[in-house]
Amino acid sequence: MSFLMLLVLLLAPLLAGPAVAVTSPGDMLPDPVLEDRARNLGREIRCMVCQNQSIEDSEVGLARDLRLLVRERISAGDSDREVKSFLHARYGDFVLLRPPFAWNTLILWATPLVALLVGFGLILLARRGSASTPAPAPLNAEEQRRLAEIEAALRGPAMAGPLRPKKDGTKA
Amino acid sequence: MTPTSRRLLLSAPFAIAAVGGVGFYTALNRQRTGAYNPRGVPSALIGQAPPDFTLPALPESGVEPFGSADLRGIGRPVLVNFWASWCVPCIIEHPQLMRLSREGVPVFGIAYKDKAADSLQFIRRHGNPFNRLAQDIPGRVAIDWGVFGVPETYLLDAQGIIRWRYAGPITDEVLEQDLRILLRRYA
Repeated sequence: MSFLMLLVLLLAPLLAGPAVAVTSPGDMLPDPVLEDRARNLGREIRCMVCQNQSIEDSEVGLARDLRLLVRERISAGDSDREVKSFLHARYGDFVLLRPPFAWNTLILWATPLVALLVGFGLILLARRGSASTPAPAPLNAEEQRRLAEIEAALRGPAMAGPLRPKKDGTKA
Repeated sequence: MTPTSRRLLLSAPFAIAAVGGVGFYTALNRQRTGAYNPRGVPSALIGQAPPDFTLPALPESGVEPFGSADLRGIGRPVLVNFWASWCVPCIIEHPQLMRLSREGVPVFGIAYKDKAADSLQFIRRHGNPFNRLAQDIPGRVAIDWGVFGVPETYLLDAQGIIRWRYAGPITDEVLEQDLRILLRRYA
């Protein structure tokens, strides 16, 4: 029973889905298509006050002002790109939750690739290290004879014959 | 794997943790002294003229309002300060603004999203450092400036170009260590 409860609690966040948008019905655009565009766009705009939320997720006053601004620009016929560059001109790169690809954001974008390459490099290095362990010393005559016996036994009693004590007392 | 390389590998996590610890300590320490401001995102308007705007006066204040036209070619550096009576850090920075104003530095104020009566009460109680004072009740002009909180202070050079923005209260340290140098640099 308690296990079931735990399972439900663990799975609950998966069922909840994305956070409910905070836009109040009065602020929404009457056209659902435009409202949908505004909402998707707002999810890519950082709330400069909370810093780790989009303006669609934040209840801060400035976030609401920016939500209304985005809707105003969209109603005025601006494209998504135009609305973004409008905000970018005022608040800079930081306002875009998906940073632009530029020389000063290169480290940010290249880090996953660099980390992957370094990882592969380390794996290769480790493999080369283990491959270079010294080869074992060659078998001497006695050991080779014993190996032949072991292998003969492995091929099965049908070929090697039944196991029987040897004349010198060792087992085959 | 040789014992030396195994020891190295074992100590690697501790080394990473130690480097991280030193990093965090430095960041927190610099934050305390004001040398590092995590909210100090540079303004997108540095090197540009301020956006076009006109704003109304604060009624009964007796201080003239201003617009972008009034910021062009004053011939000396000007501070533009966004503030509000409901903003606690604004009280912290107020004495510094008063001091600058007494020294003759032009300080232009914009009361951001504030009730006129409250703004008025604030400058009556704490003093008025503003040579010009305007109201931005909807907060739209502030958005055009890239303001994301109050107080925020912009330094415009003699030609009216934005040279510096400080998000947060102008403390005594900020005034003495940064602002005074910048005021002389752009004089």
